[in-house]
Parts: sequence; structure tokens; C-alpha cells
Amino acid sequence: MSKRFLISASPHLHDKSSTSKIMAEVLIALMPATIFGILNFGRNALVLVIAVTAACMATEYLYQYFRHRPITIRDNSAAVTGLLLALNLSPDVPWWMGVLGGVFAIFIVKQLFGGIGQNIMNPALGGRCFLLISFAGTMTSFSYDGMSGATPLALIKNGQIAQTNLIDMMTGRIPGTIGETSVIALLAGAAFLLVLGVIDFKIPVMYLGTFVLFLGFFSGHGFDWYYIASELCGGGLMLGAWFMATDYTTSPITPNGQLIYGAILGILTGLFRIFGSSAEGVSYAIIFSNLLVPLIERATVPKAFGRGGERAWAK
Amino acid sequence: MKSRGFRGGIHPYDGKSLSKDGMIHDCLPSGDLVYPLAMHIGKSSVPVVAKGDRVLAGQKIAEAEGFVSVPVHASVSGEVKAIERRNTAVGTRVMSIVVSNDHQFEEMLPSPPDASVLDSKEEILKVIQNAGIIGMGGAGFPTHVKLSPKNPDKIEYIIANCAECEPYITSDYRCMLEMPGKIVGGMQILLKLFDHAKGVFAIEDNKKDCAEALNNLIKDESRMKTFVMKTKYPQGAERMTIYAVTGRAINSDMLPADAGVIVDNAETLIAVYEAVMEGRPLTKRVITVSGDSVAQPGNYRVPIGMNHIELLEAAGGCPKEPSRFLSGGPMMGFAMYTIDTPVTKTTSAFLCFDKIYVGAKKPDPCISCGRCVSVCPENLVPSRLARFAERGASEEFIHWNGMECCECGCCSYICPAQRQLKQTISTMRQIILSDRRNQKKAAKGGEKQ
Repeated sequence: MSKRFLISASPHLHDKSSTSKIMAEVLIALMPATIFGILNFGRNALVLVIAVTAACMATEYLYQYFRHRPITIRDNSAAVTGLLLALNLSPDVPWWMGVLGGVFAIFIVKQLFGGIGQNIMNPALGGRCFLLISFAGTMTSFSYDGMSGATPLALIKNGQIAQTNLIDMMTGRIPGTIGETSVIALLAGAAFLLVLGVIDFKIPVMYLGTFVLFLGFFSGHGFDWYYIASELCGGGLMLGAWFMATDYTTSPITPNGQLIYGAILGILTGLFRIFGSSAEGVSYAIIFSNLLVPLIERATVPKAFGRGGERAWAK
Repeated sequence: MKSRGFRGGIHPYDGKSLSKDGMIHDCLPSGDLVYPLAMHIGKSSVPVVAKGDRVLAGQKIAEAEGFVSVPVHASVSGEVKAIERRNTAVGTRVMSIVVSNDHQFEEMLPSPPDASVLDSKEEILKVIQNAGIIGMGGAGFPTHVKLSPKNPDKIEYIIANCAECEPYITSDYRCMLEMPGKIVGGMQILLKLFDHAKGVFAIEDNKKDCAEALNNLIKDESRMKTFVMKTKYPQGAERMTIYAVTGRAINSDMLPADAGVIVDNAETLIAVYEAVMEGRPLTKRVITVSGDSVAQPGNYRVPIGMNHIELLEAAGGCPKEPSRFLSGGPMMGFAMYTIDTPVTKTTSAFLCFDKIYVGAKKPDPCISCGRCVSVCPENLVPSRLARFAERGASEEFIHWNGMECCECGCCSYICPAQRQLKQTISTMRQIILSDRRNQKKAAKGGEKQ
């Protein structure tokens, strides 16, 4: 036996999952919304999706190349950031603006904080909010079928709820960002991720539940089902709740922390939408809550087995 | 009875079909036999033979040193060749007695203790210690110590751990099928020690045939029953087995006896039976030889001290040279850097793999996906614990319950970034435990001065 043997610490078996596989699954789950968005909004939507995704991957590659770090674009996380950012842009945004947002998302929000797993806020939303502040006009003008129109959320905010159509909001035939309009396409992708176990119910359900309660008590409309359904289907809520609030790195890892995080998201979104100057509130709610994650985690260390932690889970 | 389960756990490929169907083969050693003096937890045994002495199979060659220690017996006849440091399967070098095999296999005739032994609890415990019996599931804690809790009347359950949740290992499975009588017999003896206890055979539901075999034998035993548990890893971890059977959860500061429970592995019960009823010391054990590159995977009854190289030959060798050898199961076992080491009382399996890639790839950064949290049977947050460990942040590590880790390895198994979470966490635990010991020592030293 002259051959050298491999030595490693136990366990010697592995589940064969990988970061790049998880990220690829997220990309697949975003495909229904992406394809719908491109069909719905036309050529500039396709240009934005490709340009922003490419910009994010290129930024990551160049940063790592020049800083002599291992190149990690194969883990697909930069592609996820790029696609999510593109889906969060109005189809009227010029391609260079999207690219600028992508560079900001990867360079400033992700890589300067240490790369994958280290960023303190969702890079795609960081990029979006950067653009929202810098180019407020372009970012919030939404044209549809060649006409510039108000989004359903803006109509509700102006008290014109009668002009919204819930069926169109479900299918996505409304003005809005490229990927946020079709609730059905988003839920199909979310269901795919839930079945694969990539995401968990806790954050999105708590988020949406708290949001509904907040509306019921503070919106002045009470628990009017049509109003609440319109708020749920309008704006970036579905995209945010299922695909952005569930981002691993920027949400708590502790089970109870995820519940608290979801509740904070629901309250902040309600606050921003009802009492804020804009009709939208999801992006700011999520990046603000991202900053609270370390605090939430510290306050929700789970009880260990044999120290009270076993009962909550016993069947 | 419906089986309760702990939260978390994993379902790795179990590989048991490779070795589960054949009968247990007996192995005859040809070369030297090596008996490490520290196969068990506790004080090392002290040799009672010298170089040049002739010993018989079953003869005591090293004596227990104090209470938390057991003797060692020769498993063949031959001449003591040396008493020196030798390599072990887990990568240490320990004092060992080397016996050159004379191929006579002359046995010291076992003298069954007379029946009166069974009347005295102290006598039973003495016989068990004298037979050199330790926990054969892997930990190697002396069995008689485990059977001497502070308050024997408070013991309500003796659990025979027949879970065998480690992938690939089938030695307990074969023992239950081929020697259920000895397992039940061992349990009868343990129940004599504890008047208020019930005997429970805890079996995973992928081994229903074993449960049936045992059930047939214990029909008339009012104090024994079988208990079927869900099949998942680490169902056989002591705390998880206790929880499944009794619903009692113990933490790292408690012993099973604190919850009124004593847990012994199935093969340990066989050893107890053979010691008390037949007068045989522990000189052989059943070992699963398996993996993707062994010619004849199966279970082998191996004399303690036999070389792993010989064991591999007995199993037909490896047609293709494997890249990795494991002592024990793939989840908690040790990778061996040399297989020129002896089989000990705690060797449950010898696995040879070619196609295992764990450890070959550099780990990726943690993305906080939380999979380690959802599989951790101890309800910990391995990702964060590993981060604290890397920083040496012992206070935070303890605050996040790091000391509760049972080192089952589920977190490393599931981690998509292939981080060695278990290794990182267990290293930190060892550091903190040794710091605590040193502090205690220092405190004691201070008092003396």
C-alpha cells in the first residue's frame, strides 16, 4: 500500500448541494416573471434584463480580477442580483441607467462589504434605491401600451380605487416595473422554490400577514377585501416578499428571527405605503430591515435541545 | 407505539444493502496482534504480562487501573513480542501489547461463573468489568461505570440502542438477526441490576425484521419491549434515542441517568451476556467491512487486535485501490492515514471508498441559507457557531449554545458551501473544555498552596 490516502474530518458524505445550484434554481424561479415582463413591455425590457445581468457579472469579474481574488461569477449569485435588479426597473429606464445600478449593486453593496454572504443589504435593492434617489423621475414613470399611466397603487393612493382592475393585477397587464406586475407568474416561481426547499414560508407569510393586519387597522379602509387584495397584488410586494425578503444573507438565520423580520417588513411596508409620500414602500422596507438583521439574530438565539428547545418542535 | 422524533436530521444514502444480507463470517488472524492499552475512555490499562511470556486466547494481559478502566484480554495464543507505542486507527500512537500469533488458537477454557453471581448486583458489575466490556457503539465508555449510577432506584429505562443510524454499517443488524437470544439475555442481566427499570430495544423502522425477531423472544418478558423509531440520522445518538423512547430531553450537562435512563449498544449486551453466562471476556467483535471498493462487503467477527490489512484481505481486498479508508461510519468515523493499525473494541466498521469527494473542494463562503439550522438535531445555529469559532469568540460561542453540539455532522453534510462546520465547532468545543479543565486544576492548585 504505497498510495497516499485522503484524510479529512468527518462527515465523509455530502448532500451534493451547492451555492451555484441554489442560485440557478432562483434564476429558474424568476423565469416566468421575466418572460412575462419581456412579452408585456417589449424590447427595452429585454435589453434591460440582458444589460443589467451582464453588468453585474462583469463588475464582479473585474473587481475580483483586479483585486486578485478568486473569481466567483460561476456561483450565479451575481446573475441573480442582476436579474432581480432588472425586474425592479421601469421598462422606460434607459439601458445605461440600469447598468449603472448593476455596477453600484455589485461593486458598492456586495463586493466592498466582502462579497457573497457578507453584504449587509440586498444588493439588487441597494442598486434600485440608488437609482430611485438619483433618477427619481425616470425610475417612477411607467408607461404601458405606449401611454404613460399611473400604477394601480398610485391610483389607490389618489383615492381612485374604482379605476383598478384586480384581474389585470393578477395577470400583470398593468403599468409597473418589468418583473413585479404579474402576481401569477411570481407565485408560480415562489411555489417552485418552496417545493425545492430553497425558501421557507416563514418570512413571506409573516410579511404579508402583518401587512394585511396593518392595512386593516391603519389605512382607513378597514378590512375591505378589494382594497387589501389590490394592495397585495400591486407594486413590488409579491416580488419583494417571495424573492427579496427571503434573500439568505440579508435575512435572519434563526427561525424566530425570521418571524420577527417578516413582521417588521409588514409594518414598515404599511407605514411607507400609507403615510409616505410615495405609493411604493417595499424596497425601502426591505433594505431598512436588512440593517436590523444582526440585532434580530442576537435577540432570537434558539433554545437548545435539552434546554427547552425540544418541545417547540416535538410532534 | 407511534414513534416520536427529534426535529432535524438528515437522510443520507445508507449503503446498507452492500453488506446486510450475508451471515457474519469468522476471521482468523495470521500476523501479530496489537492491543492498545487505551481502547476505552478512562485510565489506560496496566500490562500484567512481560515480553517473552506465552499467553492464551482469553487470558488477561492488562489489568484495569482504578474504577473507570477495564482490563484487556488476548484474542489468540502466542508470545508477547513487545510492549511499545503503536499507531491506532484514529491516528494516535498509544502503548500497546504486541502478541505474535502461534496459530494454535489455544484457548483459556472459559469458566462460567456459578449461578450465584446473578444474585448479587456487585458481582455482576465485577464480572462485566473483568471481562473488559466497554460501549461498543464507538464511544468506548466502560460499561460497568455506566451501570453504576448514583441512584440505581431512579433508573426507569434500560435502552438497548439498536438504531444503527450510521450509513453502511450493518453489524448490529446482523447481530440482532443472528443472535437475538444473546441480546435479550444481556438485557435480562441488566434488568437484574435495576429493579424499577424496563428494557427497551430501540430500533429504526428500516429494520422491522429485527424488531420481529426480538419480539418473538420477549413475548413472555413483562419488563421488555421493542420500540420502533423513524429512520433518520442521527436517531442513534444517545440524546435522540432517549428522546424518541421516553420524551425526555437531556442536555450536555446531564447524564442519561439523570433522566432515569441507561443506554447500551446492542453488541455491548451480547458481550455482557457472554461474560456473565459463559464466562467469556471481550476478545472479538463484529465489524462491517464495506464501501464502494471492497470485493466482498459483509460482516466479520474479528479478534480484537487484528490488523486492518488482514481484515481487508479477509474481505477479498480491494480490486481497485481506494483513496480513503474509514474506521467507523461515514458520518462520524475517522479517515485513516495508514491501515497498518489494529482493530479495537470500538471499531464498528472498516470502510473503503474510492468515490468520495468530501474535502477535495475548497469551501465557499457561507451564504446563511439556514440549512444547517434546519437539520441540527440539537437546535443550534451551526453557521454562526462556526463563525464565532473561527474568530475564537468563546463567549458568543457559549451564548449560542455551542457546547451542546453532539458532533453528528449533519451541518457539514448539508452545507451547500461545503464548509467543515462540524470540525470547526468541535475544535472550539475542545478548546473551551480544556480551558475549563485547566482553570479547575489551577483553582485546585491554588487551594493547596
